[in-house]
Amino acid sequence: MILKGKVWKFGDNIDTDIIIPAQYLAHTDPRVLSQHCMEPLAPDFAKKVKSGDIIVSGTNFGCGSSREHAPLAITGLGIPLIIAKTFARIFYRNAFNKGLALLEADISDLVEDGDEIEADISQGIIHCKGKEIHAKPIPPFMEELINEGGLINHLKKKLEG
Amino acid sequence: MTITEKILAAHADKDYVEPGEIVDCRIDLAMANDITAPLSLEEFEKVGAKKVFDPNKVVFVLDHFTPNKDILSAENCKRIREFSIKYGIVNFFEGGQCGIEHALLPEKGLVVAGDVVIGADSHTCTYGALGAFSTGMGSTDITYGMVMGRIWFKVPESIKFHCYGKWQKWITGKELILHILGMIGVDGALYSAMEYTGDAIGTLSMDSRFTIANMAIEAGGKNGIFHVDEKTIAFMKEHATRPYTVYESDGDAKYKQIFEIDVSKVGFTVACPSLPSNAKDAGELGSVDVDQVVIGSCTNGRLEDLEMVAEILKGKKVAKHTRCIIIPATPAIYGEAMRRGYFQIFLDAGCIISPPTCGPCLGGHMGILARGEKAVATTNRNFIGRMGHPESEVYLAGPAVAAATAIKGKIVRPEEVI
Repeated sequence: MILKGKVWKFGDNIDTDIIIPAQYLAHTDPRVLSQHCMEPLAPDFAKKVKSGDIIVSGTNFGCGSSREHAPLAITGLGIPLIIAKTFARIFYRNAFNKGLALLEADISDLVEDGDEIEADISQGIIHCKGKEIHAKPIPPFMEELINEGGLINHLKKKLEG
Repeated sequence: MTITEKILAAHADKDYVEPGEIVDCRIDLAMANDITAPLSLEEFEKVGAKKVFDPNKVVFVLDHFTPNKDILSAENCKRIREFSIKYGIVNFFEGGQCGIEHALLPEKGLVVAGDVVIGADSHTCTYGALGAFSTGMGSTDITYGMVMGRIWFKVPESIKFHCYGKWQKWITGKELILHILGMIGVDGALYSAMEYTGDAIGTLSMDSRFTIANMAIEAGGKNGIFHVDEKTIAFMKEHATRPYTVYESDGDAKYKQIFEIDVSKVGFTVACPSLPSNAKDAGELGSVDVDQVVIGSCTNGRLEDLEMVAEILKGKKVAKHTRCIIIPATPAIYGEAMRRGYFQIFLDAGCIISPPTCGPCLGGHMGILARGEKAVATTNRNFIGRMGHPESEVYLAGPAVAAATAIKGKIVRPEEVI
């Protein structure tokens, strides 16, 4: 799958309290959660971001809590992909379980807010600023899960089978 | 193999596993709370599951936004309660039975050495203090665990922290883990197991070990884990409801890194805003005026913490214009603190005693900060806006520094008030 979108750049250690502050965690609807995405750091983000835009970040994106509200707040805005140097491990699992694609690549210094980038999710290849960057491959086991339509579909099949 | 590798191997019915390998493990417990369970239950309905894998091994603890902070939180709790009744969930905790999950589960004897435990809460890593493998996951993974009684793991690499030397007075596991976070950073143990060994760990109380294991996630760790010794066995004899299995790391077990830590050099470490790794000594902060002190949470709301706080607050007053909120983590801790006379000391000092709740730690309720306010908290995270307004600030500390700070109204080392 090839995704094209405009870049929103964030720094290192973007934690789940920034992605979705705890005061909103009684909500489970992605449309509600998304209105507060990144609120403590960028209060206008949810209003300005467009469906299809891509988040680019540094190290340890998604650190902190296990709240699945974090990937839901992001997918609720129509953001299909995050490219970061590294991801926190619970966020990594949660994102895949919620249909949010992640690529591990260090492109933070290459791009600016608003740059158009293109990413081939299955190949892990990113095109930005005329360069081709190869992301760290997705573990084969997770690729299988994605191909099955995520953990819940995998579970459904098991229960039906 | 390391303890972590051995526990995962045993639960995958394998003789040997190695870091990086994907294993499918049986689980001994799957847990969720009032903010993560609602999403799990939505997924449970979507897959059309008819039952949970074992009604004794699925746990719900309604501890975050309780006593219900608003209508939505109340609706979430109601939904989990109805689910628990429908599916016969044995370990459903709310109201006067409810405590902060990671203090409550060991106390109720629901986790023992050798277990594999998953919880929809990042601080599920706390139970590593008992020699169990436990880790936090999202709600969807917990749904899978609740239904199948299994979950997949990538076997983590292990990092060893060998701790030796004599502890200084008032220094606890909290100062050590903040010290370690200062050394390795908030992603210093990304995807890894943090294993603690050495004489200085042996002399630590179980309460302090829970505190250290609790904050493995603050270094990006998958789990924290301790060796089982006579203190662990004594704890389990008092609390456990099931038999336990002891695993030991082999002499030739492989570690990604080994750190040697002389605990006599660990001082009154405080993590300054806005990262748990931003470690400084309480004595070198200059004059930081503090509006609120929070003593509690899954990190530091246990009896040893309250004992230390009572010792420091006895006969003293909380500074004018500083609020001190004390949150015993479970009803049993609450009752024991009351029987020991700590409550009178806290009340005489001008503290607020809260029912067990995660409340202020995550900026939920029961102690939210206004713009520009500063707090010292014995909790585990000080990210931007963690306890309230995005322009409020949180300093993380151990119980002694927190109590001393409440008296002075600014961050100080405990010897300044004794």
